[in-house]
Amino acid sequence: MKDHLGVRVGLTILPIVLSLAITAVIIVLVGADPIAVFNAVMQGAFRNTNSFSGVINFWMPLALCSMGLIVTFTAGLWNIGVEGQMAMGAIAASWAARTFVMPSEVLIPIEIVIAMLAGSAWALLVGILKTKLGVHEIFGGVALNSLANVYAIYLIAGPWQPPEGGSAQSTAPFPDYSLLPPVSTEFPFSLLMLVIVAVAILVVVLALRGTRWGLQLKATGKNARSALLLGVPTTQSAVTALMVCGALAGIAGAYRVLFTYESLRPFASGGIGFLGLLVVLLAANRALLVPLVGFAVAAVFTGSTRLRVALQLDTSLAGVLQGLLVLCVLLVNGLRTRLSENRPQAAPLAQPAAYETRTPTTTLDMLAAHARDDKADDSVTASTPESPKEGQA
Amino acid sequence: MDIELRSISKRFGTVQANDSISLTVHSGRIIGVLGENGAGKSTLMKILAGYQPADSGDIVLDGKRAHYVTPQDAIAAGVGMLQQDPLDIAPFTVIENFIYGRPGGFFVGRRAAAKQLSELSRRFGFELEPEMPVASLTIGQRQQLEIVRLLALGVKTLILDEPTTGISAEQKHLLFEALRELAQHDKMSVLLVSHKLEDVIALCDEVIVLRAGKVVGAAQMPTTTDQLVGLMFGQVLTPHQRPPVAIGEAVAQMDQVTLRGRRVTVEHFSMRVQAGEVIGLAGLDGSGQELVLRACAGLVKPSRGSIHVGGKVMTGKSYREYLRAGVAFSAAGRLEEGLISGMTLTEHIALASTQGALIQWGAARDLTAAQISQYNVRGKPSDEIQQLSGGNQQRVLMALMPQKPLLMALEQPTRGLDVDSARWIWTQLLARRENGTAIIFTSPDLDELVAYSDRIFVAFAGQVREIQVTQAAHEHPDALIDRLGRAIGGDFGDAAIIAGEAR
Amino acid sequence: MNTELINVLNSIVANATPLVIAGIGETITERAGVVNLSLDGSLALCAMTGFVAALVTGSFIVGFLAAMIAGGLIALIIAVAGIELRQDQVAIGFVLTLLCADLAQFLGQDYTGQVAGSLPKVAIPLLRDIPAIGEIFFNHQVIVYFSYILIIAAWFWMFHTRPGLAHRAVGERPKAAFARGTNVNRMRYVYTIIGGALVGIAGAAYTLGVKPGWTNPPAMRGDGWIALAIVIFGGWHPFRVVLGAYLFAGLRALSSTIQRDPTINIPLVLLNGLPWLLMIGTLLLVSSGVIERLLLAMPRPIQRWMRNLLRSDPPAALGTRFEPD
Repeated sequence: MKDHLGVRVGLTILPIVLSLAITAVIIVLVGADPIAVFNAVMQGAFRNTNSFSGVINFWMPLALCSMGLIVTFTAGLWNIGVEGQMAMGAIAASWAARTFVMPSEVLIPIEIVIAMLAGSAWALLVGILKTKLGVHEIFGGVALNSLANVYAIYLIAGPWQPPEGGSAQSTAPFPDYSLLPPVSTEFPFSLLMLVIVAVAILVVVLALRGTRWGLQLKATGKNARSALLLGVPTTQSAVTALMVCGALAGIAGAYRVLFTYESLRPFASGGIGFLGLLVVLLAANRALLVPLVGFAVAAVFTGSTRLRVALQLDTSLAGVLQGLLVLCVLLVNGLRTRLSENRPQAAPLAQPAAYETRTPTTTLDMLAAHARDDKADDSVTASTPESPKEGQA
Repeated sequence: MDIELRSISKRFGTVQANDSISLTVHSGRIIGVLGENGAGKSTLMKILAGYQPADSGDIVLDGKRAHYVTPQDAIAAGVGMLQQDPLDIAPFTVIENFIYGRPGGFFVGRRAAAKQLSELSRRFGFELEPEMPVASLTIGQRQQLEIVRLLALGVKTLILDEPTTGISAEQKHLLFEALRELAQHDKMSVLLVSHKLEDVIALCDEVIVLRAGKVVGAAQMPTTTDQLVGLMFGQVLTPHQRPPVAIGEAVAQMDQVTLRGRRVTVEHFSMRVQAGEVIGLAGLDGSGQELVLRACAGLVKPSRGSIHVGGKVMTGKSYREYLRAGVAFSAAGRLEEGLISGMTLTEHIALASTQGALIQWGAARDLTAAQISQYNVRGKPSDEIQQLSGGNQQRVLMALMPQKPLLMALEQPTRGLDVDSARWIWTQLLARRENGTAIIFTSPDLDELVAYSDRIFVAFAGQVREIQVTQAAHEHPDALIDRLGRAIGGDFGDAAIIAGEAR
Repeated sequence: MNTELINVLNSIVANATPLVIAGIGETITERAGVVNLSLDGSLALCAMTGFVAALVTGSFIVGFLAAMIAGGLIALIIAVAGIELRQDQVAIGFVLTLLCADLAQFLGQDYTGQVAGSLPKVAIPLLRDIPAIGEIFFNHQVIVYFSYILIIAAWFWMFHTRPGLAHRAVGERPKAAFARGTNVNRMRYVYTIIGGALVGIAGAAYTLGVKPGWTNPPAMRGDGWIALAIVIFGGWHPFRVVLGAYLFAGLRALSSTIQRDPTINIPLVLLNGLPWLLMIGTLLLVSSGVIERLLLAMPRPIQRWMRNLLRSDPPAALGTRFEPD
């Protein structure tokens, strides 16, 4: 059994090595030097407190979205709509910033709460489309993402355009009292947001592990049918999971407009929503790993902004590395599954693999089917001719 | 075609589905293959038709050893199977289904195919319109299409798996005529897998009976139903001692309900369940007893009639409301419907027992340990449920049920369990009666039904009738088992049967 | 019909062409039971690949071939991951869409703003002389004519040939297909790769055809998701997919016209959001069963004709894995 541990560690490291290697090849293909790129990225992320704060600024909304996505993945849902939920949070916070004239201490909490509500409501739409109307959450999510973006662009080019005329790039900057204050000039990130993120991480972890709601989500995600029979309100679980994710994404969106951009811009989310999905896939749905993985991702993305300045390279390299990493993880994981299938004496359940991705498709459909709960149930479940597993022939 | 099966064996995990089965079928004969659920009939036929490979043994067709890998190979060798749910493609039309799978060119060749389709259909009196979508055909018509398709492909042996479930009398008549003609005129061999004794007696020349993976008997027709029933259902266990319990007030009631299932509809059914009673529901798959059971738990909503539980009107309410009203349900498919693979025992118990918002894991672990010892589960609180054996899973399922329900609705409570585990489960169940709990359960095992039920209902093709169980029957179960067996096969007889009216 | 309108319609047909090709490619893949969610990223990557290949070699044919191969390779990854490696098609597709978009941007960074030329317009003699219609449909780059042939070919293949029956069966009920001797997984590989190759061609249709050149950010960003939506809206039928593509391109043209004309007041947001609302609307219609009931209410002969065209539910086995017993 000794080589088993070795094999496991090896298979865990393999995707990292593979993706780095492929990225290096790609860098060479455009005529650059991988080592120089690595240095530039490290510089970009860590060379001084300013850049480090940049990493934090990227990490915070990413962590919020990722934690929210952990919640939805636990319930067995692919919440691709997280981008739109961020966008709506951003729009709502922008509206509050432009509308209310109040001292910061009062306004900022209001903005955050409104952003949470907006994100949550947008996610609720996805939930309703899914549970009551049978529309798969991926398509509902993609459609609502696009609608949110369209709405933002409309606001920026129209009613909210700057008084000197719009270029549709940004609204007028928001008033100072509506913005989140940085810690200092050396550390331009918001302490308040850091606290919010820390609290959010804690709350999500505790909720998933210690509350009935969290356990119900887990049950729904693994086997919605059985969960229903054990008394779990599965539709409610799914919808509340979405709403929680929407709320967190809303806060993330608010941060982008109230701190990073200080105004509303098109695609203010910066792709952080989708990135959050990748982070969760990488962290194998392990809530505690998410902030760490998120930090690494944030570092790479922030550091890569330096590529343009230092090496005249496009910043999309960060996305390439990230995407390759997740792809390799999924493929290696698949290899592992395939190899273990071929071994005849495979035990009833092996240890969960380090990068085992739980992407449940059957439960999604079960959930949708039970939304329309009143159809007469199929009576013949006892011994279907097609399932010899339980010994019925 | 002459078929010989030599020592066919097949095992699934720990279950020996076919145990060295040998069988000979001659051209022009219609053979009935009988046996209760789990006897191994479907597996054997699937092996013969190429859907599954045997672990060992040979198939010899017309004297030559056959080697198949896929169903198409089997068809090429001359063996075709009509599955219970025909393997057709719903959005295709009749003619498209007929054509798909035939050797032929690039183009669809509709005209030639339509001609062959109509010739074959006319021969047997089937009416199949080429442009009808298969999705709008009845099961009977889909069968007809599949038979015609297999014949067009040149099969010389036809295997039919439970063909008469869910088809009309008229269609059955046509089917039987067709089969007889194919056997007598075309010298085809026909194998009919069925539970329905009346059909087997009406159609078959010979009968073989399987039980627990082995051939336990064979008979030439004509033979008596009693003989068949005896071969199918086997010996009787010594009846379990049942401490008497006072029967109390009505706990649940169904009045003139109509329950629609996928294949069968139960109509005008009424039943009254009293506290402390044990009611057994018998019948073969798809006969309707599952509908009745699930209706008791709120999983099937009646399209007509009313259901009351604990005095309250529950018609049309959701499963969760039934749960709250005191009905505990457990499904036959443990891991599909009731247990959650990937979650530990503690998690299951916590899920079922936590009332407040927070989970006290320490208390949950203690409770789980207590349940484990009370229900004699071989497993630890931290084990994941799918790591346990079937019997232990069933025990966990019991532990998850509410302590004092009004009604326990159990689908095959001892499915897949060995004798001792089964007895143990029943001890637990019977003990609950002392709190006034009523139990209603389905089971394919006649011994179990007779041993534990106060009242027994039998379902056949949507008709659900009560069979009178006198006190004497408990001491001499043989006659009762015979009567049950026959009722299950469709022969309700006329003596001493009470229609399922409210008592 | 005035010349301006004709020109607008002509440009709508041209602009819709990549969507048509990608949509039909994805229809082919999904009819076999596989979802290729990487469409958005893979369109961009293939567009870039085709562009660069044509730029470097000076040949359009090489460009389109390169794009085709790129699209096929991406689809191969999805097929292998989904079929051999038992991974979730949605997960792989999603990762690939992000990865390919970023790869396109990164690898293409040196080529932005360069000129590789675009396919010449070829007017089809005789046909182009038909009043109005001739100019709208028959005065285009070759790739548009390719899309016409593709539409007919795809329709004919799926609904009027024997291998087409197997193709559809594999996506509807793989067990039945298996029972009739079809090698389900092999078919799934083939159709996924073909679909991917078509997506590749669609990508090149932008950069070498209707929107020549490579920009950063890429001009076709977002069109992949639209193509996925069009497949659903189109009920997995080539004719309806085409209708959806033209409708979408039409709406786009309409919205940019309206943007320029200050007298018309329809809010832009409505126009841009309309396709997505349409898609949700279609999905709702599908799940509510209205279309089924509508169909059943029609007289028989029309029913038979319209059945395939009106049907709106997805191939029953879409996204699932097939394992023979």
